[in-house]
Amino acid sequence: MGMIEAILLTVITAATPLVLASIGELVTERTGVLNLGVEGMMVMGAAIAFAVTQMTGSPYIGILAGIAGGALFSLLFGFLTLTLVANQVATGLALTILGLGISGQIGEPYVGMSGTKLQPIVIPLLSDIPFLGPLLFKQDIIFYVSIALVLGVNWFLFKSRAGLKIRAIGDNHGSAHALGIHVIRTRYLAVMFGGACAGLAGAQLSLVYTPQWVENMSAGRGWIALALVVFASWRPWRLLAGGYLFGAVSISQLHAQAAGIHIPSQFLSALPYIATVVVLILISHNRRMTQINTPACLGKPFVPDR
Amino acid sequence: MKKIIIALTTSAAMLGFATAASAQDKTKICFIYVGSKTDGGWTQAHDIGRQALQAEFGDKIETPFLESVPEGPDAERAIERMARSGCALVFTTSFGFMDATIKVAAKFPDVKFEHATGFKTAPNVATYNSRFYEGRYIQGIIAAKMSQKGLAGYIASFPIPEVVMGINSFVHGAQSVNPDFKVKVIWANTWFDPGKEADAAKALIDQGVDILTQHTDTTAPMQVAAERGIKAFGQASDMIKAGPETQLTAIVDTWGAYYIKRTKAVLDGTWKSEQVWDGLKDGILTMAPYTNMPDDVKKLAEETEAKIRSGELHPFTGPIKKQDGSDWLADGAVSDDGTLLGMNFYIAGVDDQLPK
Repeated sequence: MGMIEAILLTVITAATPLVLASIGELVTERTGVLNLGVEGMMVMGAAIAFAVTQMTGSPYIGILAGIAGGALFSLLFGFLTLTLVANQVATGLALTILGLGISGQIGEPYVGMSGTKLQPIVIPLLSDIPFLGPLLFKQDIIFYVSIALVLGVNWFLFKSRAGLKIRAIGDNHGSAHALGIHVIRTRYLAVMFGGACAGLAGAQLSLVYTPQWVENMSAGRGWIALALVVFASWRPWRLLAGGYLFGAVSISQLHAQAAGIHIPSQFLSALPYIATVVVLILISHNRRMTQINTPACLGKPFVPDR
Repeated sequence: MKKIIIALTTSAAMLGFATAASAQDKTKICFIYVGSKTDGGWTQAHDIGRQALQAEFGDKIETPFLESVPEGPDAERAIERMARSGCALVFTTSFGFMDATIKVAAKFPDVKFEHATGFKTAPNVATYNSRFYEGRYIQGIIAAKMSQKGLAGYIASFPIPEVVMGINSFVHGAQSVNPDFKVKVIWANTWFDPGKEADAAKALIDQGVDILTQHTDTTAPMQVAAERGIKAFGQASDMIKAGPETQLTAIVDTWGAYYIKRTKAVLDGTWKSEQVWDGLKDGILTMAPYTNMPDDVKKLAEETEAKIRSGELHPFTGPIKKQDGSDWLADGAVSDDGTLLGMNFYIAGVDDQLPK
């Protein structure tokens, strides 16, 4: 295995949870809901997926449990912000703190156990392609799902009727409501989709990335996922590219260090956030661009008048 | 929803007060933890020490603790709460609790405080630390014997004296066996991020190291080493479960003996403020069983350990030059503790550039 191939394999593992968590958040934000609880939902998914895998012996049941756990946990956010119209920013932050705490309780009996690593699914023929084969077609199911989700969300948002409704709600929930679109119901579903994706990202952490459970193991990846959504200016393709770019930056800085090339590692660790700030400046520079891409109702509460 | 809230508040209240129920005749020995008591590393080692303390004195003492206390303003509140609740002795177990401990101690002159790994003291504040570098020297010797390529990978956290000292000691130990031994260092800029630690381990292995050591807190690097079939050293706790055929040994923090000694001093009324820096011989740090290595290497490791215990060998004994070529220790000279505790330079032979 060549060095480049080895590096790319590590990049894929590092980028997958970012892509997964952020594609879910992208859909949530497209409906105008800002859920800052990604980190909390992710770490819940990681704890539940690991615990269930240990109980049942099947990582696939663990993955499903992680997805369900993330989705159910996000429902708490949905109830507070959509039904009770609580402040989304505060509720999202609270969700993160709560998730970190509860996941620690769930995971406590499993600390220090070595988990079962999710085995790759080798796709016949395609995996024999030199170089690309082992990279793209000898991966675990979560990687395939992450790519499929980006493709699916892109089609769904921009080619389907339901996607049009979602974008309409995100841009102007008042008008969408007037047109008879169920704003709250759609937002609930989008929030749960975001939670499910974050839960799956968490499952990737505790079953593929590092098959073990330790408290707070998401270690800030949820925040990077949030930054990634803005970086991608709410576009699935850019999000995929951005996720792999963020992954590549963090891995290549480690390789650079090991090879004795000295770029300040603190700077490189901060690079995803710096890149996001730069993108924010760029897209807000052009007013038209901002209007096209940003969901105009992002973070605004919606109370239908009866 | 109401039920959930009630459940949450009750469980929060239970967490807060379960340990605070006071019995007048018992002496309270209190602990402040920076992490969760099941973190598998640093804080867990302190909690095992606390349990040993409780077992030693049984009914005579109680040992309440607060876990996951962030370093910063919250720490001061947490320590003050403990002091106010009638603790006789408070152990604050993270470097970042230093200023908060000193501040609270000034308000409670009758309460004794012990701060781990710090350097500020007061009449009622002592400090304690462990000579981890002794263990790293032994690891260096084992690495030099076990590595086929003479190249080890070192996952470091932050460029603070504690960590720099460890790298120097490891390299010095390795080069005492094989003068050409090299170490590749990756600064992860975190104590705790399993994913990043695993990535660093993969990067090092991809670049050809065949021994891995870490100064970060999780078992992720051990797992990667096991997966890739190379050997590795554990950190803070015995990590043999993460790599039964991988771990050579681990530096295990064993604070229990120290906690017992100091509690005894409080009970006897002989407690004094001290700056304690104990090592292998005091039992504050032990080496996990030497495993997965041939007998001759095991023997050499055990002999080295015995020499350090007896005081015959100090890992930092000259001649040692600094990385820039200037002299540090003359032949036979031994480093003083002050230099080690403020160590901000590499010794000659370390093939890395210290981040500024």
